[in-house]
Amino acid sequence: MSAESVSCTVKSPVALQIGDAVSDSSRPGVYITDITLAEPVNIQEISFKNFYTAYLTVRLQRRHGSTASKWVTCLKNYCLMGNPHAEAGSHDYFSIYRQQMSTEPDNVTTVRLILRQPSSEWLSFSIEEINIYPCTKEDSERDVPAWLSTLTPVDEPLDLKGLPDPETVSSSIQQMWALTEIMQASQTAASIGRFDVEGAYDVKLLSYT
Amino acid sequence: MMDESTELSVSITQIVQRLKGTHLHSQLEKQAKECLHKPEIKLETLKDDVRRVLKASGWERKLQNAVYRELHVLPPPGHPRAPPEHTKEPLAYMLKAQASWEKRILKSLNSMCTELGIPLARKRPVMEQKELTNKWNEMGTDEPDLSNFRPVYAPKDFLEVLIGLRNPNTERSDDLTVKSHWGLIQVSLNVHDIPQMRETYAELGLSYGQLGIDDHTHVPPDLFESEHIHIGKKVVSEQDSAAAQQYSRQGCPTGLRAQLWSLILNTTNDPEDITHYEQLKARVIHHNLLVDNLIYKDVKLTASNDDYYFVFEDYLYQVLLCFSRDTAVLEHFNYNSASPPKSSIQSKSGSEQCAVVYPPNGVIPFHGFSMYVAPLCFLYNEPSKLYSVFREMYIRYFFRLHSISSHPSGIVSLCLQFERLLQAHLPQLFYHLREIGAQPLRIAFKWIVRAFSGYLSTDQLLLLWDRILGYNSLEIVAVLATAVFAFRAENLMEVTSLASAEAVLADLSTLKVMPLLQIFLFATSI
Repeated sequence: MSAESVSCTVKSPVALQIGDAVSDSSRPGVYITDITLAEPVNIQEISFKNFYTAYLTVRLQRRHGSTASKWVTCLKNYCLMGNPHAEAGSHDYFSIYRQQMSTEPDNVTTVRLILRQPSSEWLSFSIEEINIYPCTKEDSERDVPAWLSTLTPVDEPLDLKGLPDPETVSSSIQQMWALTEIMQASQTAASIGRFDVEGAYDVKLLSYT
Repeated sequence: MMDESTELSVSITQIVQRLKGTHLHSQLEKQAKECLHKPEIKLETLKDDVRRVLKASGWERKLQNAVYRELHVLPPPGHPRAPPEHTKEPLAYMLKAQASWEKRILKSLNSMCTELGIPLARKRPVMEQKELTNKWNEMGTDEPDLSNFRPVYAPKDFLEVLIGLRNPNTERSDDLTVKSHWGLIQVSLNVHDIPQMRETYAELGLSYGQLGIDDHTHVPPDLFESEHIHIGKKVVSEQDSAAAQQYSRQGCPTGLRAQLWSLILNTTNDPEDITHYEQLKARVIHHNLLVDNLIYKDVKLTASNDDYYFVFEDYLYQVLLCFSRDTAVLEHFNYNSASPPKSSIQSKSGSEQCAVVYPPNGVIPFHGFSMYVAPLCFLYNEPSKLYSVFREMYIRYFFRLHSISSHPSGIVSLCLQFERLLQAHLPQLFYHLREIGAQPLRIAFKWIVRAFSGYLSTDQLLLLWDRILGYNSLEIVAVLATAVFAFRAENLMEVTSLASAEAVLADLSTLKVMPLLQIFLFATSI
């Protein structure tokens, strides 16, 4: 999470459209954005801010030694907006983690994002602020929070049987406790509730900024 | 999107951080230390023993309630890379609209104080302070000349702003086309349909007992009422917020409502709360604010003219004046799309400018604001108690009724929810009213923006607010507005003008809210 994002080039999106893009009044429902990575990367996380995209498919091109690169789909029609005709999710921040992908995103050279928006409500759609984060090195693996490995892959059905074992929960609380300690260190003093400055509160005009 | 376990750990961290340093925290610590002297505490099982004592003495429940409160008030943790504004409001055009609306309000306030030559705030001379202290309990007897003051805005002005909201990423023309909405609200927020609501509001269904229906005089009390009251007493004695909230969905008995609401909101009336209230009172006495005049004017124009509420005039001044000085209210701006107005003043010691918030709580009252407090006066006669319940209601619910946001309980969603329900279930009525120039929202907006306070009879209003608290959502307000139109549909189909439509819906004081809601949600064919 704290790792630096890798350098990459995000190409401008290409619309998938039947007919002439300029003269036709209908708007495209699919855009494809390619992201080329400077060097092959083992991807940990792809994060972005949505702009009216309803479904996202991620395809990867991986390098296998000297053999020809192959395209694989690692995430299919991931839902970003529950109802494509309404706002919820339209501006949300998302992260796709390695564990959610159906194929290991290792040695990736190109990422292809296929964006879909079936609703004609919106004039355009895209995704913004794309960042790709690499896997952290093997020896620092214990720094990766445990919850990362418990993510459920999207294609697998959620296991909803029963509640977690109290022992497991209490042991995971230890880790939260550590988090709490960090938060505490940065805690600011509680507000004392005064609104005046040294007893004075002679407000003349309100500022517009 | 984060997965559930991350969200959980972030929430826990947030809550622990917030509860640290609170009075409850130090009390828990004190209790834990004190119980060490008890003989049943063994060194070997120290942790478990202390926990057991805290549980048995009811402190664990207090902690649970405090956590439950934080879960309600705090927004769900967002994505780690999302900026703080994203928590206030994710949609950029909504934030922009809110900012320009605020600017209009500030300009109006500034020009009012320039025109009248009154400062926004000043320290009261000692004589005036004494005078105010003496008449604190009878501020209503004062008849200051307020003819020059006008409310900064009224719900009507606010409605115009909401009608003008446009998403720049959509195509909308002013004429009715396939691209525009039938109603006045032109943004596409997520709203629910009746089948979804039947799931959410299951406890309002026909097979459940309801206060407001099953406590009617011709229904024998042993069918529902007696048992429900019995359970209510148990909930109060258990002091459990979550149970009280669930209970409130079927309505709170009149005798238990005050206790149940303050349990749901987790407000206390400890010596600390009373001290806090006294401090606020002292601040009112020290400084005179221009917004005080707006509060006076508003109470005079609304609650003092109301058959139910005029007796509470003095309480309203006390609560609202203290509210304006309470800087603890500022915290809600972390999750409110609005931002508090700012100004700068010269510091006493030097020439440097210090930034201050005006008014100290950051909330500028508008026409009808005092109606958020008025119904609560029926429940609490101790000002400090009344105050803490009102403040909690405001930072949980009422602020959403006058901030432009995409939140499901926000005013824009409620308006759209009302219009959509009416269009879907009474399309002919909607079409008819639209044709005669009586857009239904123009009539219903004033009800929604006040959560029906001042429009329903008080017993009915409190039954409605029971459900707001029970479901932790204002959505039910929009449903009731639709149900009122459905109830008067026949008469409304006959009217030919906005004025006559308004006349049909002018008096809601005889309506019974629970039957209306139940029929609309569960006995309408879909």
